[in-house]
Amino acid sequence: MKIINFLKSFFLLDFLKAFYLAQKYFFRKKATINYPFEKGKLSPRFRGEHALRRYPSGEERCIGCKLCEAVCPAQAITIETQPRDDGTRRTLRYDIDMVKCIYCGLCEESCPVDAIVQGPNFEFTTETRKELYYTKEKLLENGDRWETVIAENLEADAKYR
Amino acid sequence: MVSLAQTYFIEVVTIILYCLLIFVPLLLGVVMALYADRKIWAAVQKRRGPNVVGPYGLLQVPADGLKFIFKEIILPDGSDKTVFLIAPIITLALSIAAWAVVPVQAGVVLANINVGILYIFAISSLGVYGILMAGWSSNSKYPFFGALRSAAQMVSYEVSIGFVIITVLLCVGSLNLTEIVMAQDTMWFFIPLFPMFIVFFISALAETNRPPFDLPEAESELVAGYQTEYSGMPFVLFMFGEYINILLMCAMTTILFLGGWLPPIDIYPLNAVPGFIWFLLKVTFVFYLFAMVKAFVPRYRYDQLMRLGWKVFLPLSLFAVVVTSSILFFFNLAPGM
Repeated sequence: MKIINFLKSFFLLDFLKAFYLAQKYFFRKKATINYPFEKGKLSPRFRGEHALRRYPSGEERCIGCKLCEAVCPAQAITIETQPRDDGTRRTLRYDIDMVKCIYCGLCEESCPVDAIVQGPNFEFTTETRKELYYTKEKLLENGDRWETVIAENLEADAKYR
Repeated sequence: MVSLAQTYFIEVVTIILYCLLIFVPLLLGVVMALYADRKIWAAVQKRRGPNVVGPYGLLQVPADGLKFIFKEIILPDGSDKTVFLIAPIITLALSIAAWAVVPVQAGVVLANINVGILYIFAISSLGVYGILMAGWSSNSKYPFFGALRSAAQMVSYEVSIGFVIITVLLCVGSLNLTEIVMAQDTMWFFIPLFPMFIVFFISALAETNRPPFDLPEAESELVAGYQTEYSGMPFVLFMFGEYINILLMCAMTTILFLGGWLPPIDIYPLNAVPGFIWFLLKVTFVFYLFAMVKAFVPRYRYDQLMRLGWKVFLPLSLFAVVVTSSILFFFNLAPGM
């Protein structure tokens, strides 16, 4: 046994085997994608950047029930509400601190009217911390921008909920 | 009549031109080597490697270099500032100086001196000073340990490299690098001296601090070894010095064992190709081996490294010297006898 081991190491057998293996992998298909130019497939359940949705009429969905604020484990959501002139309750303030957020998706799950959702966007880096403190305007704007995709994703996932 | 000042001026310009003649291709070579290194490493791991900056990512290395140039040079508080800054310069200067005697084609060599191989050996031994100075002057633990390891490693593997070179010299009968190549026109030395070729290759890996012998800069233990405290331009100088050394070792392997600029077979389409292209191809091939080894071999433990150097390679190469010289002596093959 010792002699075999000696011969093995003397003739660099393990080394040659490793070389062969590495050479084989050298020509294999690449496992990584060409990221900024080519993106991986995202599940409809992907939990990315938040967005506040609107009804097709343009009315905002959020009714200020504060369920998301209550359920948020990172306490990233701050809401202030007030009854509007027509008697419905709406939010005055709806802030999400994206730095605190842990992207758990509980806000989306808790929402009774599908107002707050997490869209497919994950490329929202900023140059300052301040910009990551999302206000109601920013969230509604996100909702307007991503509405088609978000609606499609909700539709695709609806039957599993 | 040409005045004295004019003569000196012409002399100086010629010398500077010679310096550029060796420095510019080397710089290009290092850039390509760094790129190839990263690409090969990535390919073995099924990654893509640099592919964004420039076509196929070819400009990644110049971009990195540019980034380093604009970075601040940090001088650690407790360091010996002069030595700290001289160390990378020494490393780079020595590694470039060694290239002066490397022949890329018959007659195409900056200094065709008769002790070429001895000169290269001496210069690469001096290379350890740059690393030692860097480690010592940083006045910090990791660089110091890195430098100690590097010095010990280079000294131990230089011994076996020396004996390997002696076996080649026995077969050639000359220290001139051009003559060493010319002696291989019937058969490249890696065929009769195959075990020595392997020993030389592995020792070259150790000599240039390449994986699996990259203990001096083992990132899991020593952060970056003797380079830990370096940033900006001095770091680039170290990097360049290191890669020029690697290319030098590839060139040495080519010259000593793979027949330098000689074509594999001396027949028409092959021997019509200019010699330096063969030389480049062979150097590229050896560098490819270097890069592949980096990709699949795990790092040695320090005692294993020393055991391999002193207990395996030294006796082996010593034995080979005796065997080679005996064969040459008894069969009257020794050149110059």
